[in-house]
Amino acid sequence: MSASGYPVFDGCGPDALFAQGLAQGRFQIQRCSACRQHVFYPRALCTHCGSAQLEWVDPSGIGSVYSSTTVRRKPQAGGDYNVALVDLAEGPRLMSRIDGIAPDQVHIGMRVQARVVDDPAKGKLLVFMPEGATP
Amino acid sequence: MSATSYLRGAAAIVGASLGGVPMAPGRSALEILGEAVHGALADAGLKLSDVDGLFTGSSYHFLAGLSVAEYLGIHPKFCEATMVGGSSYVGHLLTAAMALHTGQCEVALICYGSNQGSGFGKLKSMAETPLYEAPYEPRYPISSYALAAARHMHQYGTTREDLAYIAVAARQWAQLNPLAHARDPLSIRQVLASRLLSDPLSVLDCCLVTDGGGALVLVRSDRARDFPKPPVYVLGTAAATWHRQIGAMPDLTVTAAAESGPRAFAMAGLGPKDVDVLGLYDAFTINTLLFLEDLGFCAKGEGGAFVRNGRIAPGGELPVNTNGGGLSCCHPGMYGMFLLIEAVQQLRAEAGARQVPNAEIALCHGNGGVLSSQVTALLGTAATV
Repeated sequence: MSASGYPVFDGCGPDALFAQGLAQGRFQIQRCSACRQHVFYPRALCTHCGSAQLEWVDPSGIGSVYSSTTVRRKPQAGGDYNVALVDLAEGPRLMSRIDGIAPDQVHIGMRVQARVVDDPAKGKLLVFMPEGATP
Repeated sequence: MSATSYLRGAAAIVGASLGGVPMAPGRSALEILGEAVHGALADAGLKLSDVDGLFTGSSYHFLAGLSVAEYLGIHPKFCEATMVGGSSYVGHLLTAAMALHTGQCEVALICYGSNQGSGFGKLKSMAETPLYEAPYEPRYPISSYALAAARHMHQYGTTREDLAYIAVAARQWAQLNPLAHARDPLSIRQVLASRLLSDPLSVLDCCLVTDGGGALVLVRSDRARDFPKPPVYVLGTAAATWHRQIGAMPDLTVTAAAESGPRAFAMAGLGPKDVDVLGLYDAFTINTLLFLEDLGFCAKGEGGAFVRNGRIAPGGELPVNTNGGGLSCCHPGMYGMFLLIEAVQQLRAEAGARQVPNAEIALCHGNGGVLSSQVTALLGTAATV
């Protein structure tokens, strides 16, 4: 990196690196080397302090449901499904789906654990399971 | 005084018109826009060739400023097409006031047209589902608003019945508006029994999908009394931009209206108690509740109790969405323009059966994206300047 701070990247950017990790079943988030706070979704700059010094870390995968909705869908189209916002233990919030439980049983405050699953239509997908549930 | 108070009352609306509300089958978005522009210019007693400032946005035209200028056959000196969703047109008030005040243009035209209702029958949008949300198939945009509603319910005990009062109040106003699309009687029970789409929001918690357009003509306030209709002055306006996707919203129970509202009030030198009539961008019932709280009309968490028992309905103490709102009047995809036109009609005492007596100050609050862009404007009659 030059004294001006440019270029920030060497090769692929954070989106591609996240996708590559996910394709291998790995869920990673970024942590800022300057302010030590965590960032998700993948960014070029830390949203807390503006630093470009973001490193990849493996989060604990533990989170809690911040909010949740059951999206209603006809049974023949696959039936109802869950969309949730999960607050990771490391701080960032992300949209995901809570698996291993009926959509309408998901509740705010529920502790959940990240899993990367094989989705028939989407390939590797980051979802969450209720803590203690077996995949 | 605020840093922007020098713009208080600097510009005034001297022409306003709807077009194609609520349905205009067989007409294109630009044709509906053209109808509204024709009406607004006639209202102001101006010609198209007088327009030298254009402010617009579209769900159909990526380069909306270019498409609209060309369609109208004008060559604006100042063209502004910032796209922050349905709040854009409320946002245009500030840039139009700035452009007029600094001499960038003499006659500012804000305009919009859409045929979402008859052309498509559902929401048409160029908006992409954000990359990291798309795999989970949130229904766009309702699931994002549903997540906010669910969180508000969890945190403050708000109920679906509280939200139903908002839908019913909007419908009661719509019944007083001959142009409103949904005018059948509506009960709390009917709202609660309507089909859930993304819990806790049901079909009747959602805005309509209609056609419609609107146009406003603004000039510097030193010229505003030279036009046929009583001028409506831009007293205060402010925007706040916090996120694009719902997962990036810091607290789903507090919108950026909590920032845009106080800044707009400060510019106008006014507070919530001064407002006679409100237009709150009600894409969903939860919006009205959140904005009443965030703009200071009730305390955070008390919106559910506040809207009960007709307080915001005809005859209630706080008239909200007097045209019937996006829930029952019209919602062609981006609703902000209709907040402004209803405010103009109320402040000119042109609102017929739904007229709020002695309305001098109106608040219009626009929302864009998924509770993302918030823009607040305060408009007033000549007596308020």
